[in-house]
Amino acid sequence: MFENVSRRNFLQVSAASVALLGLAGCNGSSDSGEGGDASGSIKVGIMGPHTGDNSSYGLACLNGAQLYFKQLNEDGGVNGKQIEPVVYDEKGDATEAVNAYNRLVQEDGVTGIVGDVTTGPTIAVAQASVADNMPCVTPSATAADVVTYGSNYFRACVTDPEQGRVMANFAAEQGYKNVATLYLSGSDYSEGVNAAFCEEAEAKGITITAQESYSEGDVDFNTQLTNIINTNPDAILVPNYYQDDGMIVTQARAQGYDKVFLGVDGWSGIYGGSENYADAADLHDCYYCCAFSSSNDSEVAAQFIEDYEAEYNETPTNFCALGYDAAMVLANGLAAAEEAGLEPGSEDYKQAVIDGIASGTVEGVTGSISYEGTGDPIKSSLIITFAEDGTEETFEVLEA
Amino acid sequence: MEEEVMTEKRPIISAGGGPRREGAARKTLPMPVRYAINAVVVLVLLVLGELMIDGGAINRYQSTVLEQVGIYIILAVSLNIATGYLGQLPLGHAGFMSMGAYGCSIFIIRMSEALGVGARDFVTGTPMALVLVLGGLVVGGVCAAVAGIVIGIPALRLKGDYLAIITLAFAEIIRVVMLNIDDVVGFDLTGGAAGLTGIPGYSSFLLVFGCVAVVCFLTHTMMKSRHGRAILAIRDNEIAAEASGVNTTYYKTLAFVVSAFFAGVAGGLYAGCVGVLQPAVFGFMKSIEILVMVVLGGMGSMLGSALSATVLTILPEALRAFSEYRMIAYAIVLILVMIFRPQGLLGSYDFSLSRIIERVMNRDFPWARRAEKDEPAAKEVSADA
Repeated sequence: MFENVSRRNFLQVSAASVALLGLAGCNGSSDSGEGGDASGSIKVGIMGPHTGDNSSYGLACLNGAQLYFKQLNEDGGVNGKQIEPVVYDEKGDATEAVNAYNRLVQEDGVTGIVGDVTTGPTIAVAQASVADNMPCVTPSATAADVVTYGSNYFRACVTDPEQGRVMANFAAEQGYKNVATLYLSGSDYSEGVNAAFCEEAEAKGITITAQESYSEGDVDFNTQLTNIINTNPDAILVPNYYQDDGMIVTQARAQGYDKVFLGVDGWSGIYGGSENYADAADLHDCYYCCAFSSSNDSEVAAQFIEDYEAEYNETPTNFCALGYDAAMVLANGLAAAEEAGLEPGSEDYKQAVIDGIASGTVEGVTGSISYEGTGDPIKSSLIITFAEDGTEETFEVLEA
Repeated sequence: MEEEVMTEKRPIISAGGGPRREGAARKTLPMPVRYAINAVVVLVLLVLGELMIDGGAINRYQSTVLEQVGIYIILAVSLNIATGYLGQLPLGHAGFMSMGAYGCSIFIIRMSEALGVGARDFVTGTPMALVLVLGGLVVGGVCAAVAGIVIGIPALRLKGDYLAIITLAFAEIIRVVMLNIDDVVGFDLTGGAAGLTGIPGYSSFLLVFGCVAVVCFLTHTMMKSRHGRAILAIRDNEIAAEASGVNTTYYKTLAFVVSAFFAGVAGGLYAGCVGVLQPAVFGFMKSIEILVMVVLGGMGSMLGSALSATVLTILPEALRAFSEYRMIAYAIVLILVMIFRPQGLLGSYDFSLSRIIERVMNRDFPWARRAEKDEPAAKEVSADA
């Protein structure tokens, strides 16, 4: 019979199936829209880029957050109510993020959101969420703007400049007198860390002997390194991502520099994996700060790593841990609102969640997280260094 | 939104068109009446939409999606000028959109600081804020139009693939300029990779669809004018048009710049809808997305562009519930249309409300015509009755 299928029939069938697909989509969403409240569950949105260029971050945060809610539900949920996550993908696009946010709030009626993940879409969502006073916790958006629009936005990670200050304090503590920096110009991450580091370091009496920069895509850093090494620093701050950091360390060691390197969380992943960006032998005396490392031996973190590996069969990254913690922060706020016995979805309830987050302290896997009047967390940082075989070791925990 | 394009010259057809109209002149609507009817219809639709939003029949999620639909309609209709009417294949529409978006939002941010207009004024819509927004949209359009002139003059000397590549390259240049201009000028202008933030949310249903109506109206009147016919002549045969005395360089640039101007206005509306601008958004894929809308709807059909912009903006939202499959469904729709209707869903057909009203006035219905073919005599009787 198939040879008799005409174009017209084929087109009709295809059109019908596409239309059905669309209808099914509408039905699906409206069903879930009604199901939530009746069963006494609490709806929580999780959004992020689950497809597209930034999906590795989005999926990591999603996995972390879902793991936390799953564990929470197994332990009886919040105030006896189960958490029901509603997950939307925004493809890393600000427009889609606003749509996803509006849909979560208007169609699904969530009481809080874990998201968004990357900076641009998060700012868009933050602006849209102010009018609703919707409690939101972003696992990973580091731009200062995110938490400035209203009191309803919190983040679980520390900002880029904060990392710079942490490393400056660390440098002062270690007694380095002269520090040089080598940063990527045109990257707000790298420039932001560099500026904050220099400011804080000079305030602590450290001399910045040189500030060199390079451009996106550079692979030869010898000119800048020669200039830096000529100023004879005790340490070099390299606040970039691990690919560049690896090349810089290798080239500096080849030039005979054998003193300290300082870095920030972009260093995570510099050794190991499918591509080695630096040799273990070159990674002596390198220190970087980050929120979470798989080498972390704290009890909470160790338990998280074990649970995560059991659930997803892979080692958790920094972003998985931040997703987990963001979910924990939000759940803490929900618990406060539930205790007060408020009506879910009401303005008072949302405000109670926000107040709960702002006043509470959670022991997350990336350290203890609390808030002091802003959406920026006060939290401890890990200083990571490398063992002789290149594996990461926790050097010390810097309390906030 | 706006309807009539390419109304056929009815009187000529009806003069020789069958025995039944002998003696009786075909009734037509005078032009002012046609415009009045369309204006009333557009106004009614706008007021109806606004009432539904105010009354809560359309929630904010739906109205935001509607705003995006309107923005994409403007983009598709404007690209249709260059693609469908002029017959070129520019791949850099997102570049013009970003020029407009940045131009408009930087203007509005700076001016509102200088004039002391707060973010709340844009939401409530004070007269000052409204003037600023309209001014900003014009500034955005002019920025894009200037970029259009700069790009158009060298690019339009080329044809086909070459034009596609050069426009693509120019759009990338615009994007990279947006990314790095702060370092060059030495102060915060576009915000670089981190994005331009703090844009007040000035886009609303009324503003967006008001712009849609104006853009469609201007496009329609331009295409019906001497200039529009020159543009169509260039599309159909450039050499013949030039031989007939059409200044092809001028008209090609004109169409290109008008297209860029409207894209800039759409960019300005986009900025007010999303509230944050990042250069990465205006990449190659955005240009392709807009081009797909035009090609899918039918090149040279304003209604087609508007319809496919509507469908292609709503479809991914409607399919959000299965986010894993929605991109596949979207692609399948595209493939099916390209296989079965390569000229686009509507080809070059355009809808005209006045044409329909005139048909009703003349009792010239499609089914009547079919009947007429079978029994011309019987039809004549009923028409006279």
